[in-house]
Amino acid sequence: MKLWIPFAIAAAVLMAVAMVIMPHWDLPPQTVTQIGYRGTGMYDIKDQEDEAVLVKANVVPGVPYEPDPEGQKAGDVYENVQVLGHLSEDEFNQLMMAITQWTTPDNDCNYCHDPENLASDAVYTKVVSRRMLQMTQAINADWKTHVAETGVTCYTCHRGQNIPPETWSTDLGPKMAGYLGYRADQNIVAETAGHTALPNGGFDNYLLGDKSLLVHSKSALPNGSNKTDLTDAERTFGLMIHMSEGLGVGCITCHNTRAFDNWDESPPQRVTAWHGIRLTRALNNDYMAPMTPVMPANRVGPEGDILKVDCATCHNGVQKPLYGAPMVQDYLKGLGTKTFTGVPDFTTWKEGETERLLPMEEDKTSDAGTAATSAQLAVN
Amino acid sequence: MSEYQNIFTAVQVRGHPETGVPLPPGDSKRWGTPFFEYWIGKIGIAQIGPIYLGTLGFFSLVFGAIAVSIIGLNMLASVGWDPIQFIRQLFWLGLEPPPAKYGLTILAPLNEGGWWQITGFFLTLSILLWWARMYVRARQLELGTHVAWAFASAIFLFLSLGFIRPLMMGSWAEAVPFGIFPHLDWTTAFSIRYGNLYYNPFHALSIAFLYGSALLFAMHAGTVLSVGRYGGDRELEQITDRGTASERGALFWRWTMGWNATMESIHRWAWWFAVLTPLTGAIGILLTGTVVDNWYLWGMKHGIVAPLPDVFPGVVDPSIAGAAQ
Repeated sequence: MKLWIPFAIAAAVLMAVAMVIMPHWDLPPQTVTQIGYRGTGMYDIKDQEDEAVLVKANVVPGVPYEPDPEGQKAGDVYENVQVLGHLSEDEFNQLMMAITQWTTPDNDCNYCHDPENLASDAVYTKVVSRRMLQMTQAINADWKTHVAETGVTCYTCHRGQNIPPETWSTDLGPKMAGYLGYRADQNIVAETAGHTALPNGGFDNYLLGDKSLLVHSKSALPNGSNKTDLTDAERTFGLMIHMSEGLGVGCITCHNTRAFDNWDESPPQRVTAWHGIRLTRALNNDYMAPMTPVMPANRVGPEGDILKVDCATCHNGVQKPLYGAPMVQDYLKGLGTKTFTGVPDFTTWKEGETERLLPMEEDKTSDAGTAATSAQLAVN
Repeated sequence: MSEYQNIFTAVQVRGHPETGVPLPPGDSKRWGTPFFEYWIGKIGIAQIGPIYLGTLGFFSLVFGAIAVSIIGLNMLASVGWDPIQFIRQLFWLGLEPPPAKYGLTILAPLNEGGWWQITGFFLTLSILLWWARMYVRARQLELGTHVAWAFASAIFLFLSLGFIRPLMMGSWAEAVPFGIFPHLDWTTAFSIRYGNLYYNPFHALSIAFLYGSALLFAMHAGTVLSVGRYGGDRELEQITDRGTASERGALFWRWTMGWNATMESIHRWAWWFAVLTPLTGAIGILLTGTVVDNWYLWGMKHGIVAPLPDVFPGVVDPSIAGAAQ
């Protein structure tokens, strides 16, 4: 009796099914780097083929041209220059050209500017861009704990697209059907949490709200002080999976997994990541969320909230965005320091009507310096 | 030429189907007309049926079907009644217990975990009835009740996870959700929240018994198959009347590891290893969060955590290091 025939067929069918349904095979070779003490399993594993693709996708575009730092200030030459008025006219135009390359290479100045009146704030993309310039300056100046001297530019996130390829908005998933279908914000394919069944990144909690990520007890025995439960642990877990996927790293990049919460055993990258979570939270609250009123319907998520920043927005699958290329060094004067920090009131903006979107009253008085002066000049 | 008969039975005896001993009055009838299936005969006895269902079995299946239906309908509803998404995301879908704010409420709102409680009730009922059925059937056949008690050990772990520990913790939210990935995520979250179950000694014991069960299974099955050519697969006869098969198997182990179990005691070894796997596991579950809140710190205290050199000097919790943000 040729028993092996049905068995061989069954095995072949099973193998074929497995190969179809198993996602993304990482074939050898991999690069393995030991980053922790022996026996702790702290190995950074990189698939070489994936790395080659990522390296190609993370090339820094060149500087458009070397600008002349001398000459009249942009704030004196052009009207309504609130943030970059301190640049020379040539530096200003060079940066404008670079921004076009970085964020809207398929369009031209008119993506943000009214060609009839370049100074007008009546196009929503212009007031958004100005706020984003303030954001970039703030990241480079105030968040060296996370970005160090590498810094960020528009390209770090935008990658030649109007909308950065990696963003998030509130995603409630399928609605409940009456009394059926309770899934506690999880248990569907979580796009932002590595396609797990975990809560979808827990972004609303951690990257917008300031819910604590900590779930561990500080004492061996229960003393009633730790109120977190397993759902909290799953939410933290979801965000951690997002960080892991967004940065192309494993848990061990920041943790000795035998004691996730223990700082003494954690690699220093965990400190950087800790600041990164707070940076992301600040960007979403201070910069992204307030811009919601000016966003057209095709620029918001299904729940009507603005597209926001998460770890992948800058990192794009790489531990150091753009492999740590210090791109901002070429644009330090424009993007490296904070100039004008006035916060515009986006609720007052009207499409096609608002000629000048100015900072809210309380900010006007608190700001000083050349940038504010040039803004005043522009107003006058 | 002799033929090897005990891996896949090459010779299938066909006669009148075995219908079993007569049942005492009061028992329901065995169900189904027995028949033979050639391919089933390759891996066991070729006869299928009759089956004894009885009252206990009937209600166990009914309650089990209710539980599975509730889970399935909730899963289907959680993807907006989309049958394609139901299949695509089946492993992701689940039914969650009530959130912590409901504590031990008898019945939380249906759209916030109430269905989980109802499902848990029916599933528990179904499993307990199935246990009773196993017990009663064994007594009816005048067997010992070893299988029922081994099953009871698994049921104890099931109830510890979903009922006893949540009761002790005062919240249904501590219980395991229904669903493939959801229950696996729960397991990881459970270990993370309670400081790494790796340092829970009863978890360690459970793993030792689990791996030990596999080892014993392999050793015993290997031994019996290897002496099959001497009739060693007729284990019961070998127990009562030790023959050359039994002798050779015993000698093999005595010579290779210095000692051997007997044809009878090896089954007690296997039974206890199997039973102790969920039993010790359940104890480990019941201690977690109730008696110990962070197993890693507990292990530190009791010297079971390997000390590591400070390979990352200078890393300090930024929230206490006076970081600005």
